[in-house]
Amino acid sequence: MSRRFVTIWFRYLKTDWLSRRQPSLLHTPFILAAPHHGRMLITAANIIAEKENIYPGMVVADARAILPGLQVFDDKPGLAAELLKAFAEWCIRFGPLVAVDLPDGLILDSTGCSHLWGGEAAYLTEINKRFYANGYHIRMAMADTIGTAWAVARFGKENRIIEPGGQLHALLSLPPEALRLEAGVIERLHKLGLRQVKQFITMPRSALHRRFGEHTILRIDQATGMKEEWIQPVHVVVPYQERLPCLEPIVTATGIEIALQKLLETLCNRLHKEGKGLRQARFICYRVDNKIITIEIGTNRASHHINHLFKLFEEKLSTIEPDLGIELFVLEAPKTEDLSPMQEKIWEGICSLENIRLAELIDRVANKIGATHIHRYLPDEHYWPERSIKQASSLEEKTNTAWRNDKPRPAHLLAAPEYIDVAAPLPDYPPMLFRYKGKLHIIKKADGPERIEREWWIEEGLHRDYYAVEDEEGHRYWIFRSGHYDQEKTHQWFIHGFFA
Amino acid sequence: MQENRENIIARLQKEILPLQGLKLPAANHALQLDLGPIAEAFPNKSFPVGAIHEFISHAPEDAAATCGFIGCLTGGLMRNDGVCVWIGASRKLFPPALKGFGVDPDRIIFIDLKKDKEILWALEEALKCEGLATVVGEIPEMNFTVSRRLQLAVEQSRVTGFIHRYRPRNINTNACISRWQITSLPSALGENIPGIGFPRWDISLLKIRNGKPGAWKMEWASDILRPITPFMVAIPQEQKRKTG
Repeated sequence: MSRRFVTIWFRYLKTDWLSRRQPSLLHTPFILAAPHHGRMLITAANIIAEKENIYPGMVVADARAILPGLQVFDDKPGLAAELLKAFAEWCIRFGPLVAVDLPDGLILDSTGCSHLWGGEAAYLTEINKRFYANGYHIRMAMADTIGTAWAVARFGKENRIIEPGGQLHALLSLPPEALRLEAGVIERLHKLGLRQVKQFITMPRSALHRRFGEHTILRIDQATGMKEEWIQPVHVVVPYQERLPCLEPIVTATGIEIALQKLLETLCNRLHKEGKGLRQARFICYRVDNKIITIEIGTNRASHHINHLFKLFEEKLSTIEPDLGIELFVLEAPKTEDLSPMQEKIWEGICSLENIRLAELIDRVANKIGATHIHRYLPDEHYWPERSIKQASSLEEKTNTAWRNDKPRPAHLLAAPEYIDVAAPLPDYPPMLFRYKGKLHIIKKADGPERIEREWWIEEGLHRDYYAVEDEEGHRYWIFRSGHYDQEKTHQWFIHGFFA
Repeated sequence: MQENRENIIARLQKEILPLQGLKLPAANHALQLDLGPIAEAFPNKSFPVGAIHEFISHAPEDAAATCGFIGCLTGGLMRNDGVCVWIGASRKLFPPALKGFGVDPDRIIFIDLKKDKEILWALEEALKCEGLATVVGEIPEMNFTVSRRLQLAVEQSRVTGFIHRYRPRNINTNACISRWQITSLPSALGENIPGIGFPRWDISLLKIRNGKPGAWKMEWASDILRPITPFMVAIPQEQKRKTG
């Protein structure tokens, strides 16, 4: 299939933008100027100024001499790039691949797009009309290659649409500038009297290469379609993407819900057929006033379950402000994964960790409140109590380490050990009594000590001698002495947990 | 004749229970743990699953004991690779300890939230999730409306919910099927053996719908819950007055 490209040339990009912002300027000549080597040079002039023979590149003082009433504005660096990027994003409605062509153009890959507008002529007319309605003067052309479209948009006389395969013919009568050559090469061509492409395009390639360099050959090949040319689209198209343009702008919540439901159905059916599921989805709304609203969801496990995904989006749908209306909905899945086919259970049993319903519950909580609040723990190979568990990264993660059950561990562990006052009869004996939060506990039974060394390769510090003790009321505690017994040191004993 | 009459009464009671809203659990949902004498208190002598149970504790030591007992019940309900969701604001639970109560700690998913509103939302969502073995919620306050919502959620999904209320401001009426209070009892290893024995609890069932409340002294002996028999209890020696 031959590809079709449209190039748009903004003839008066910056001045059109300024007159749109200040409508009073529409009928007055004005220019934009920027300082250059100590003088003010014109960077852009509007149509009226150009009629008075004021062109970009002139010195402002000269232009003022020609036209005393000329208005001069400061040019903002980077303005063109900013405007073109916004236009490129807006142009996505005409085709998914749009690239910025600095300093004053856009390139649209409209392969397979124009029939939606009823043919190429109608397609171009529509684009032109939309830009003209916004006050922008554009010239454009459509061809099989970017090079030809670019050339025809800027230098073409009559025909805007170049038929498939007609690149070479279209280029013949154009000047060499149309081929996007380097400035030096163009100058040399003119010096040699080669003022039209047809005068040199038939020359032997070796001669062209020798005289005008490799770049010239490349540009000629790109324009004629001998070599492929790539564009860098402003938005890379996600392979899993569904679009829903609307006849009338959507303003109601119900309308948005229906749009989402429809998009989810098509996307999920496609994912289902390919045996895939999405891990991340993005719902993008293009508003009439050129604003783009995006909401995103993520899932724990690949899923193509429409109802579940809809529920995840539902929480966030209320954040969409339709304002004047939404004219295009896009649903894309930037992250997809292969989905292992699930066996449908015949009986409704107790679900295990692999169950889809559990994953969906986790997704809902994670989307509403945040995934950082959900934890699952696995045993870790450390004796130090605080490090004996580690957080699992996913629901499926497993370790070879088994949960240890040989030493007593408290049901409740304090976040940090708390200091207690004790009376211990002998070194290495459990204390007789301790005071915790003002209450005296007389110890009746005790187990221990269990010495746990601090892991010196992780942190420095004293070891702990843990005792499990029970007081006269039957309450069981996990207490420890930090370091060896020392008569001088008093603050040595801590409580670390409560046994069941 | 006498036995026949008892049979009739038992049969009639069984017929009445479904009318009162009690559903009998499916085989793979039932509590696979022998509760001993406690089972007598339940309607139909089986632990009510698919309902909300309320646990009250007032001291940190009792909270730990309550956690232990919830752990036992959860372990009994999670035998078939089940999953538990544990939701709370300030979780103190140390997962490795649950191994001792027959629960695989890696099959518990903890959701730690700060606001009561979020906890209740997460609780309701979890209780609605069919197939979970249990959902444990740690929240001090629960009014009647909230408990009603949770109860309605489980009636559909048949999930068993345990609500642990630590230091509640007031113990109000609610729609939970039962109310438990667990306190720890001194353990015993036997005559003159030093050290701490199996955890022992004083389990009081303050309220149970269609059942008989009661109190039991039980011991968790590594994998079974058994009543404390008198000869096991270490009776404190009374000071005897010497004569002469």
